[in-house]
Amino acid sequence: MSTLLIRGGRVIDPASGRDERGDVLIENGHISAVGGSLDATGAEVVEAGGCIVAPGLVDLHAHLREPGFEQKGTLATETEAALRGGFTTVCAMPNTDPAPDSAPAVEGLLKRVAQDARVRVLPVGSTTVNRAGEQLSALSELAEAGCVAISDDGSPVSGGGLMRHALTLAGALGLVVAEHCDEPSLNGNGSMHEGAVSERLGLAGQPTAAETAAIARNVELCELTGGRLHIMHVTTATGVDLVAHAKERGLPVTCEVTPSHLFLTDEAVAGSDPTPAYDTSAKVNPPLRTERDRLALLAGVNAGVIDAIATDHAPHAPEEKQCEFDQAPFGISCAETALATVATLVERGELELGATLRALTQGPVEAFSLERHVPGIGTLTVGAPGDVTVLAPEERWTVDPLRFASKGRNTPLAGLELRGRVRAVVVGGELRHAAEAAHV
Amino acid sequence: MVSIEPAAPEAATEAPPLQAEASTEPTATWTRKDLLDTDVLSGEEIGLVLETADAMAEVRERPVGRVATLRGTTVVTLFYENSTRTRASFEIAAKALGADVINLAAAGSSVGKGESLIDTVRTIEAVGADILVMRHPSSGAAALAARHTDASVVNGGDGAHAHPTQALLDLYTMRRHVGDLAGRKVVIVGDVLHSRVARSNLWALMAAGAQVTLCGPATLLPRTLRTLPGHEGPGGCEVTSDLEAALLGADVVMALRIQRERQEQGLLPSLREYIRQYQITEERLARANPGALVMHPGPMNEGVEIAPEAAHGLRSVVEEQVTNGVAVRMAILYLMATARPR
Repeated sequence: MSTLLIRGGRVIDPASGRDERGDVLIENGHISAVGGSLDATGAEVVEAGGCIVAPGLVDLHAHLREPGFEQKGTLATETEAALRGGFTTVCAMPNTDPAPDSAPAVEGLLKRVAQDARVRVLPVGSTTVNRAGEQLSALSELAEAGCVAISDDGSPVSGGGLMRHALTLAGALGLVVAEHCDEPSLNGNGSMHEGAVSERLGLAGQPTAAETAAIARNVELCELTGGRLHIMHVTTATGVDLVAHAKERGLPVTCEVTPSHLFLTDEAVAGSDPTPAYDTSAKVNPPLRTERDRLALLAGVNAGVIDAIATDHAPHAPEEKQCEFDQAPFGISCAETALATVATLVERGELELGATLRALTQGPVEAFSLERHVPGIGTLTVGAPGDVTVLAPEERWTVDPLRFASKGRNTPLAGLELRGRVRAVVVGGELRHAAEAAHV
Repeated sequence: MVSIEPAAPEAATEAPPLQAEASTEPTATWTRKDLLDTDVLSGEEIGLVLETADAMAEVRERPVGRVATLRGTTVVTLFYENSTRTRASFEIAAKALGADVINLAAAGSSVGKGESLIDTVRTIEAVGADILVMRHPSSGAAALAARHTDASVVNGGDGAHAHPTQALLDLYTMRRHVGDLAGRKVVIVGDVLHSRVARSNLWALMAAGAQVTLCGPATLLPRTLRTLPGHEGPGGCEVTSDLEAALLGADVVMALRIQRERQEQGLLPSLREYIRQYQITEERLARANPGALVMHPGPMNEGVEIAPEAAHGLRSVVEEQVTNGVAVRMAILYLMATARPR
């Protein structure tokens, strides 16, 4: 295998605390040296002057759509999107058809991954058979087949008894239960956050309590069982408080937030014109909340209460979103804008750089114990996998969904100028993506 | 995927042309392509619609009752929900102005039927529609349609969002009886949360300077709806569950239709509970100002949100609302057609 030198960047490795100008040398697929002015005769060189050199980003929450929903995206297109977005590892959510509820289903997925994926793909198994919320999946089989967590994704496990048993059994296997915390009886047919904007637009809303009641229940079940609970895409200020309190109690609870919820509020649905836009590209579940919630989420990342920034990348075919708001599917295609979104928040002073990079590397690795599957993942230490993301933090670019690698063009950020561009991405020692430096 | 139900052939009529419409010279001009809600309308624009409606009412009172002003203009009505009065009102209004009218019925949602709303709207534009009057169960559907067609879109009701022509005919009716609405107290009673009529009335009444009180069971009231962002109109809005207090000093009392499904959803313990607390009765109306108007956008559930004596009493203008609806919709069609680029 070739030798690759990433030269002259600001090397930031949250796991080891390193933050200094220097080089990263990758040999035979693994990091072989990190430091100032490394000698690497004959190596392929990536010039990283003015750039941040970070461990390859890890996304705990992506919808790759294959198998079953290839009109929305495929393993090939969505992992290319992740790659261009700076992610070298993505955890594939189980809302596929078939659902990964047994070893053969997971093995089928991994076979496709081996053929088509552009980044590392770690499967998340489904908590219940066919994600129907009735019977637990073959959890030990899923663990052996390589699943890094279990989740029923957008179909929360509503039965408290079933959730209790899932946490107990998964906990014994060392599997995290990743849960979309939502109380369905409170949500009704809500298609956005319940509040001032939904009332103005005449849209049924999802109240904050639908999320917080489910978080509170699941935290209690975490204590009861000792199983590990990961709360996916927390969106509410109270939700962040509940997680902080659970952590203070010493419970094995982690959580994530999406870049969309850090960047946008429910006003995005209405748009900025006097005439409401009913922008279906801003329709996401859980919904974009209020500015107060957004500020609490930012504070949660900066304080480390929120472990991970995960995309919830959810591509849809264009015609699926070009319809009436209440009939459009939920989800934002954001693999390719996620890093620039949070980099823009760093530039605005709303996010701290160190905490942000931690939430994109070390944080997600620890939340799902990914080092058990890929030793050294998410760090820039010698012997770690050669996964590196090079970011030009100052570079400005304008979001153009037509240039996405993802099949999903469903972004509420179209036409917006963001700051921070992925310059190069290395996966397993191979330079998989390199962008020309733009003239600013 | 729409079934075409052609309007009755138009008899060629010769009638005096429409001219010198308003007795007072309107200060505003109409420049809008679409009428999606009242929330973007200025007080001047609302005044222009109401003054033009006066002229239209005068046309309706003539022996022939129609003019040829919009000859050559095609108005298409596209209704995804059942409607009797709104659709008939638009059709009569368009024909009274000499426009060609085509009624398209689309049962159920566009997605359910296979053809998307956008494709349907583009098809309608392609066959030559100038003005599209649309009703749809999804909030925001009219805005979606308007973004995808050069035809002018008139929102005939979209979900729980807006019903601007109803609000404008309500204002017209109020103004005829009450005069200037500035400082007047208008009480809207019932299922405000799910009511497009309430929302569009609220924005229009506030622009006209009225003091609006939204009243009903707490489960059917908006929790935060008071004003539009960045919209500091002269009027105000209060929200209360106390009907007795709300009615004190009211100049207008408008009852909204109660859907039986609100009981099934658990939003109301029973219709009986609603009737007990919120039915508009002659006895309760005694708290309002003498001569206060009683209104209802229809269709009424007599004996539920409004007692029959109140619905048909001396204060009731419910039937007049329907009559005025034609003149106001004529005004809207006329203003929108004349604002279109030739």
